[in-house]
Amino acid sequence: MQNKSTEITVGMFVAAGIAALFMLAMKVSNLAEFTDETGYQVIAEFENIGGLKVRSPVTMAGVRVGRVADISLSSENYTAQVTINLYGKFDKIPTDTSASIYTAGLLGEQYISFEAGAEEEFLQNGDVIDLTQPALVLEQVIGQFLFSKAEGE
Amino acid sequence: MIGAIRSLGRWGLGVLERLGRGHLFLLQILSGVPGLFTRFSLVIQQLYSVGVLSAFLILISGLFVGMVLSLQGYNTLVDFGAEESLGVLVSLSLVRELGPVVSGLLFAGRAGSALTAEIGLMKSTEQLSGMEMMAVDPIRRVIAPRFLAGVISMPLLAAIFSAVGILGGFLVGHGLLGVDDGAFWSQMQVKTDWYDDVINGVIKSVVFGFVVTWIALFEGYDATPTSEGVGRATTRTVVHSAFAILGLDFVLTALMFGEE
Repeated sequence: MQNKSTEITVGMFVAAGIAALFMLAMKVSNLAEFTDETGYQVIAEFENIGGLKVRSPVTMAGVRVGRVADISLSSENYTAQVTINLYGKFDKIPTDTSASIYTAGLLGEQYISFEAGAEEEFLQNGDVIDLTQPALVLEQVIGQFLFSKAEGE
Repeated sequence: MIGAIRSLGRWGLGVLERLGRGHLFLLQILSGVPGLFTRFSLVIQQLYSVGVLSAFLILISGLFVGMVLSLQGYNTLVDFGAEESLGVLVSLSLVRELGPVVSGLLFAGRAGSALTAEIGLMKSTEQLSGMEMMAVDPIRRVIAPRFLAGVISMPLLAAIFSAVGILGGFLVGHGLLGVDDGAFWSQMQVKTDWYDDVINGVIKSVVFGFVVTWIALFEGYDATPTSEGVGRATTRTVVHSAFAILGLDFVLTALMFGEE
């Protein structure tokens, strides 16, 4: 009773739907990125993280080497503790690497940029990055500029 | 005065009665669904008429919605020099909102109304009571396969809509407007999250498929068995489905993307 061509078209329809989902997964969203996540975590403490968010990118010389995994406030010295997930293939990052928070473009998203140090030892899982530079908060900069301008006169 | 209050009361009771009947009907459908897995050919037949026949409409609409989004988005983004973000704009608006909502509305218009008319006509030509006479449960034999087919096809249709829309957006963005193709895709991949965006969109479409098919089947099953009654039921299906989709979309969006 069942029509063969009905079954075939239904099969094609389901296949097309799954192919569309697959495309959304691999081509549109960042799922493909998670497949090689055999990474390790390091912690960086910042005085001020500005608009940094969980999942913000972490780059080194412009190349993305990881993502922000977690942000919390340290209750001891009131700094922001940022846990960073670094991808496993970037395992030769010196321990005296410095981390700074920059803004992509003038009004863009904030990201962490690593500048490599000269140490021969490399960052391991759970290490803490000591050299950090806080985010530039635009209002603060304008405030300082106005203040220094007023002082100069 | 008394008459007005009385008619208001009757109206309210009528609404409550329909609401109750609708939910009891849903329970009956759901209890009929597990038995379907042994007779899946029934569902395949319905997947054809509910899903496959809607696919073409979804395909074309998705393509044009994506293309329009790209054109409109470009005009706004270019003012800020951020036309590379076009991919993000197209993908997020499609995957999060337009994919599930627009394909849900189209699904209600294309498949939902057809379901209501079909069931309503079956009722008015007494095919359903004929089945009951033969000790065949029409809910299990007729309603439940259509319900399952609707719930299965809606997320697939929404995924096709989003995917085709993004391709359409890319065609216009890259081909017509000259946005860099690498930036288009890479920005999209950076900003679109698999769990937060894509999966939540899929959840939305499953919910919409559930609700639209339920409304369509109930309106058909509950229709006054005259040609006028079936016509009214079909109209109600489309109207109620649209309300349900847009209302639920707000609730789901508030739940999913509200806290940030």
